[in-house]
This record gives sequence, C-alpha cells and structure tokens, in this order.
Amino acid sequence: MSPTVPVGLANYRELLSDERFHHSLYNTLVFTLFAVPVTMLTALVLAFLLNMKLRGQAFYRTLFFLPSIVPLVASSVLWLWLLNPDYGLLNTMLRPVLEAINAVAGTGFRPPGWLVDANYTKAALILMSTWGVGGSMILYLAALGDVPVTLYEAAELDGAGAWRKAWHVTLPMISPVLLFTLVMGLIGTFQYFSQAWIMTPNGQPGDATLFYALYLFYNAFLYLRMGYASAQAWILFLVIVAATILVFRTTRRFVYYGGEGT
Amino acid sequence: MKQPPLKAILGHTALVVLSFVYVLPFAWLVTTSLQPDEERSKAPPAFIPAPAAVAKALEDATGRHLAYEPTGVHYVKGVTRVPVPLFFRNTLLVCTLTVIGTILSSSLVAYGFGVLQWRGRDVLFYVMLATMMLPGQVTMIPVFLIWREFGLINTFAPLVIPAFLGSPFFIFLFRQFFLTVPRDLVEAARMDGAGELRIWAGIVMPLSLPAIATVGLFAFLGAWNDFLGPLIYLADQSRYTLSLGLAMFRTQYGSEYGQMMAVATLMVIPIIVLFFFAQKTFIQGIKTSGMKM
Repeated sequence: MSPTVPVGLANYRELLSDERFHHSLYNTLVFTLFAVPVTMLTALVLAFLLNMKLRGQAFYRTLFFLPSIVPLVASSVLWLWLLNPDYGLLNTMLRPVLEAINAVAGTGFRPPGWLVDANYTKAALILMSTWGVGGSMILYLAALGDVPVTLYEAAELDGAGAWRKAWHVTLPMISPVLLFTLVMGLIGTFQYFSQAWIMTPNGQPGDATLFYALYLFYNAFLYLRMGYASAQAWILFLVIVAATILVFRTTRRFVYYGGEGT
Repeated sequence: MKQPPLKAILGHTALVVLSFVYVLPFAWLVTTSLQPDEERSKAPPAFIPAPAAVAKALEDATGRHLAYEPTGVHYVKGVTRVPVPLFFRNTLLVCTLTVIGTILSSSLVAYGFGVLQWRGRDVLFYVMLATMMLPGQVTMIPVFLIWREFGLINTFAPLVIPAFLGSPFFIFLFRQFFLTVPRDLVEAARMDGAGELRIWAGIVMPLSLPAIATVGLFAFLGAWNDFLGPLIYLADQSRYTLSLGLAMFRTQYGSEYGQMMAVATLMVIPIIVLFFFAQKTFIQGIKTSGMKM
C-alpha cells in the first residue's frame, strides 16, 4: 500500500459522479428492501410450525437448521447447479408447469435464466437467502417458548381464535426478538458480500449483483484504493445508522418489553 | 397439550414437504463426498448413491443417469492429506474459549443496557450498535495492525480475546431477552440487599437459559466456521483450524473437490449431533414454568 496523503474530500466528490457506485447503492437498497422481510417471514413461519406440539420436532428442527451449518462453499456450488437455466433442478420442475400454462393460455412463458439473466439475479439471491434463516428461526423459537401459557389461556377465555392469539399475544410477546432480527438483518444485507462474491463474481451479469460491499472490496483490494473504499465505508455507515434510527423510532410503539410491566 | 388430529396432520405435511427443500444442502454435501471423480465430469452428474446393480436398474427403468456407486476414497485421502485431528483440537480450543468469553462478557454488558437504569444508557447503546455498521472490509487492516503491534500474530489471541471483550451482536441479543425479565423480581432482590452481580448471576441469567443456549450456539458456530479470522492471523500450519484446512484442498492445480466435501461433511456432523441434543434448551420457556405472571 502507498503512503497516506491527505486529499480532503476528493474521494467523496469522486463518489458523487461514480456511476458504478450509484449502481451498487441501488442494487443494495433493492436487495435489502426485499431480502429482509422475505427472510424474516420465512423464519417466522418455520418457527411457528416447529413450535407446534408434534412428534419428532427435535428431528425437524435439526433438518431446518442444516442449511445454516453447511459451509458456504459447499452450498453455493449446490445453488449454482439448482439455478442452472438448462439442467438445474428448479427449472426442470418449472418447465412443465410453464408449458402447461402456455398450452392452455397461449402465452409464451419461459423458465428464467436466474443467475445469468440480469432481471432475475436478485430474485435468485433472495430465494437463496430464504434457505439460511436457521439463526432467526432459532431465535423466534426461543422467544416463542418464553411466551407465558397463562396469556394464551386468558385469550382463549376471552374467545380469541388462533389468528387473534397470534396477532395479539404471540407477536407482541416476541417483538423484542423481531426487532433484533430486523436490525441485524438490515445491517447484514447492507453489507451483503460473501454469497455475491462466490456466486456472482464481478457483479455479473452486467453489474446487476454489484453490491455495495462488493464494490467496496474491489476498490480496497483489487484496485488498491483504500482511501476511496474507506470513503464508501463511511457513507454506508451513515446509511445504516439512518436506517437503524428509523427502525427504532418507528417500532417503538410496537415493541413490548414484558419486564417493564404494564 | 396435544394438537387436534387435523392440525397435527397438516403440520406434519407442511414440515415433511419443507424438509425436502431444507435438507438438500446437506444431502448434496454427503453425496458429492461419496462421488467418484469421474462421475462429476458427467453433465448432469448422478446424485443418488446406490450399489451398482441398483444404479443400473434405475437407469434402465427411467432412461436417465440418476444413481452412482459410492466410494469412501475421498474420506480416506482427505483425512490423511490434512492433519484433521490436530486442526480439530485447535478449532475446539478456539470455539470453547470463544463461547465462554462471549456468554460471560456479553451478558454482563447487556445487564448494564437491559436491567440497570442510568443516564446516557440508550445513547451509549446506540453507539455500541453503530460499531457493527462499518463494513469489515475496511476495518480488517487496521485491526490486524493493532494485533501486530501487540506481537500476537500467529497466536490464538486475536481470535479469542475479542470474545472476552463483549460482542455488539450478542450484547444486543442478550439485552432483548433481559428486557423481558420482570422488573419486580430484580427490585425484590435489591430490597433483600443483593448486589448487582448477585442479581445477574442469581436471577437474570437463570431466567435467560434459552438466550444463553442460543448465544452459545451462535458463538460456537461462528468460531467453528470462521475462515477470514484464522486466515489473517494464523501463519503456522500447526495452529490451523478446520475451516482453514478445508481451503487447503484448493490447490493451484484446481480443487480436490471430493476430499473437500468429505472433510466438510466430517466438520458438519458434530454440529448436527450437538444441535439435535441441545435444541430443547433453546425452546424451553423458563419464565413460564417458574412463576405466576
């Protein structure tokens, strides 16, 4: 690395007119906007299922946690195969369905190119992220186990059905953990890196997966512009701080901490 | 409390169907670790391990190449090529210290943020959260330089000591659970003259066993799979961890793919067993059984 020379705000000025920088910011915002709610919902549905009083839950819980344990290197190779447009498992299953629809409706649907079609790469990566929700799932399970049975009994006495119990008892009681996963999800997806680095190197196709942290990494370690990368880092920092403050402010009314009493 | 039969059937159906999706990565890992090398060069490769006769029958029946004859050769070669027992010992040492350090330090700090009341508490809490928001790619080099100044490169210290200094992620997690501990209990203990450390150890921690178990699991998994940390700080091969060992199968002549998957499978199995037996701890409601709300 070259010696440090003060350049004032030159790096920030350059960022303002850097098209790839704008693009990486846009990619990351779109990804975050979809990936965070989708993964939270997936984890929540799984946690509800795994919290039912059923036989063999220990077994199921372990199965659903598996994708979170398998090393990324192994599972990303699997995804490259699953998402292969020609012989991948996903399109093999999708093709007959689409052909049936086409035959009936006279449309021309074709299975998407996933990681090779710039319009579908983010969808593919989001799909992939619904798989690694084991961590949030466990957190939700822990929180669900902590909901006092007496609250459900009281709700039942008041004639509440399953949906109302979920909405008025379960969700408020696990809201501290929901807030945690929301904030950590935001921080994580804003810094989304490893999967993109392995699955879609260089932000291919056509910079559609050039995520913020990926571009930052290229600047720091490929183009060896540590100062420029650090400027990017500070902007990302501010974006995440703003998003986090927004989340804490807007959720204050919805998060219920049992310990504070009523 | 049992579910009504219809609900139980629906629940099982949903779980079984979803299981197939979620078991895929592990099944893939195992199957590629058993595949002979020549199988993988076929497109698409078969993925069901079966005796040769069964594989042949399946191919005749479906007209597609679905099954292959498994081999254990990658396991034998993989385990001898890389000193797995030594790397396992190193990994276990780092993991154990990380788990102990994380649970102790992060829960203590979280006690300060979640149970104690003091001026400036929330501001400092947000400042602590903010430390997670700078991307690791830019802090990596400065942090490395600091450890080098301390002369602790090529030791486990840079991997383990941070765990004893509290981690924002786990402090936040503990805080969220601590905030649900009934304040009355804490107040009552204070009235009885208990110090804050006593309350932390005697009331708040025992009531947070699911949180402790979850933090322990996450910290363990994080250290177990950490690749970047050991890569940066450990130079001597005798100190390598398993995840570094895994990368050793990628040579300049291409990957020893089958061996890598075999060792990865061996790495995953203890975690699965651990998780299977520990998962009850995450779910047990402590607060509900112990008292009336």
